[in-house]
Amino acid sequence: MSLTNEKIKEKLVGKFGDQVGNFEESFGMLSFSAPKDMNLKVLQFLYDEPDLSFRFLTDLCAVHYPDKHDAELEVVYHLHNLKDNVRLRFRVSTPVSNPDVFTATKLFESANWMERETYDFYGVNFLGHPNLVRILNVDEMDYFPMRKEFPLEDQTRIDKDDDMFGR
Amino acid sequence: MPRPVRFNINADVKLVKEGPEGYMGEGFFATGFDKVVGLARKNSIWPLPFATSCCGIEFMATMGSHYDLARFGSERVGFSPRQCDLLMVMGTIAKKMGPVVKQVYLQMAEPRWVIAVGACASSGGIFDTYSVLQGIDQVVPVDVYVPGCPPRPEAILDGVMKIQDLVGKEELRRRTSERYKGLLESYGIQ
Amino acid sequence: MIPTEQHIKLPDGSIERQTTTLNLGPTHPATHGVFENILELDGERIVSAKQTVGYIHRAFEKLAEHRPLYQITPLTDRLNYCSSPINNMGWHLTCEKLLNVKTPKRVDYLRVIIMELARISDHLICNSIVGVDTGAYTGFLYVMQYRELIYEIYEEVCGSRLTTNIGRIGGFERNFTNTAFEKLEKFLREYPVVLKEFENLFMRNRIFMERTQGTGGISAERALNYGFTGPNLRATGVDYDVRVHAPYSSYEDFDFIIPVGSTGDNYDRFMVRGEEMWQSLSIIEQAYKKIQEFTGAESEIYHADVPEYYLPPKVDVYTKMEALIWHFKIIMGEIEMPKGEVYLSVEGGNGELGFYFISDGGRTPYRLHFRRPCFIYYQAYPELTKGAMLSDAIVTMSSLNLIAGEMDA
Repeated sequence: MSLTNEKIKEKLVGKFGDQVGNFEESFGMLSFSAPKDMNLKVLQFLYDEPDLSFRFLTDLCAVHYPDKHDAELEVVYHLHNLKDNVRLRFRVSTPVSNPDVFTATKLFESANWMERETYDFYGVNFLGHPNLVRILNVDEMDYFPMRKEFPLEDQTRIDKDDDMFGR
Repeated sequence: MPRPVRFNINADVKLVKEGPEGYMGEGFFATGFDKVVGLARKNSIWPLPFATSCCGIEFMATMGSHYDLARFGSERVGFSPRQCDLLMVMGTIAKKMGPVVKQVYLQMAEPRWVIAVGACASSGGIFDTYSVLQGIDQVVPVDVYVPGCPPRPEAILDGVMKIQDLVGKEELRRRTSERYKGLLESYGIQ
Repeated sequence: MIPTEQHIKLPDGSIERQTTTLNLGPTHPATHGVFENILELDGERIVSAKQTVGYIHRAFEKLAEHRPLYQITPLTDRLNYCSSPINNMGWHLTCEKLLNVKTPKRVDYLRVIIMELARISDHLICNSIVGVDTGAYTGFLYVMQYRELIYEIYEEVCGSRLTTNIGRIGGFERNFTNTAFEKLEKFLREYPVVLKEFENLFMRNRIFMERTQGTGGISAERALNYGFTGPNLRATGVDYDVRVHAPYSSYEDFDFIIPVGSTGDNYDRFMVRGEEMWQSLSIIEQAYKKIQEFTGAESEIYHADVPEYYLPPKVDVYTKMEALIWHFKIIMGEIEMPKGEVYLSVEGGNGELGFYFISDGGRTPYRLHFRRPCFIYYQAYPELTKGAMLSDAIVTMSSLNLIAGEMDA
């Protein structure tokens, strides 16, 4: 009995009711979202349930939507069921004023550095993380560079001629 | 049964093609001291490959047998800055890595030369971002820049040959001159 | 960076009074790339390892938000630079999935040839560097000669050796010339002999086996929890290969086996990579045979027919009006980009290289995230080296095939 997107949706709605929503299917992958305090419960359910058993965390990243008030930062989990070869995308949103999300490191060890990277780039504070410090940028950096309001280039350079570079 | 000799039978092959100018006589050869020292130094440079990214792989190809770097005297690549003459910085240097390059440079003993291999080491390359040092000449004085992304092994060898040129023609007292000291001061190196 | 207090508990039976701190710093002799390990040693055994990465963080993801699609290909090159065609083709496949472009079979087979050559090139570096780290420099020098031959094949197709920027959305920029196929045939003739000789140096070599067996091992459950993919995961016994589970670029037409190890130690990783090189060779031979079966007009196809995303040939740009308009629009980025998000992964040299691409209809991606296998499995390094000796730690680090460019992006 293969695991289809319909079955996953039924099981999720059956367990969590209308707290999970925004079911979309893009290019064959089902994606849904849930409130941020439920993220661990949903992940645990997807891990433990024998039919679903999404036991592999492929990816964890964040996206910044400056226009969506109160839900600017969105953490996206990509999960993979290796036995039935089904992928799933799970999103949680958090406002930028209070960017706390529970950490998934107790369930998946691979989330450790991925959450540090997300913190480094977007400032999402993962509660309960063993070592939430910057990982890729320099330790003294005081802003979160991947947010849309910050520019790409280094602003402290004085020897570059902006006219020549079309800026 | 001995094989017939096939190579090196050309009698007028000189080992040193361009010898230094000097006055030659019966059993002696007089030339400038700096020329002899330069000749000896340039053919036995010990490089320190500071390979960070893709240019490092091209350096590995340069060290291989196809584009041999060893025939230029750099058979022994060292990884300890205390024992090396030439710091070859290959690859992108991020701002996090800048102090490390400077530390390694400070640990080298005079005379020392620096070659910036690749576009990223010369000027930041295609990565004009907040986290990449736009050229290592922001932290250490550089002698030769080799452009390319990554430069072909022939280009790296050309860079090494230019360094050899610089080494061969260097004056004896350059490292203690005011101008050199001024250069190091401008980088904050005593 | 260096810890000033000793919180580390020494293991029982140790004769030291405190642990020694050793900084296996960003510049190491093994040319693997720049990452740092601060090791706490009890004599020769490792008690703990603390890693610092980010010494070559080049902000690819931020850069990608400011570049149109074709300008992101050179960025993907520099992720795992030992096998850059795989990254390029992964990116083009992601774009094709979003833009709904179907590539003809001949293009798929040509792509498979280039990707498997890249995989051989990556595994050759990794295996020979494992040899160098155990002291055997000969294998490395011998095998570099054959990497030069692979570089020559890339040069015939795209002009560049290492960071190839190969292909376009929908195919290749030019058809493979006869010289390219001759070089490929030369490779297929000469390389198996070389690989056999390389294996004879290491596979049943007693010193190498004693150095690598039993060190750096990990169980399959822990490996899956840590997010391992690729040869490191296959060495622990799990046969997960993206080419089989989610075939892309017509991999389902090829017949190959997935080599699997059992204990996940360094020797298993070496053997899995070695066997994968033989499998890649077999795939290239099958693909080459399939390409030779195309006749007539079909044998000239090297790209899909998508004028909106594929740059037209220069001859047409200078003579035909339509081609000029398309060329201008594509270079300026004024093409129709659908809104949507797509996740696609390819089997890179190190594992599942994933591209998560969110497009909002503009010239440049709204968000592009690279799922980089090296970054994810390097977290397991303290667990792999717990209680191991210092020299084993070096061999473990090199057998994991950590490429700094991919780790930091």
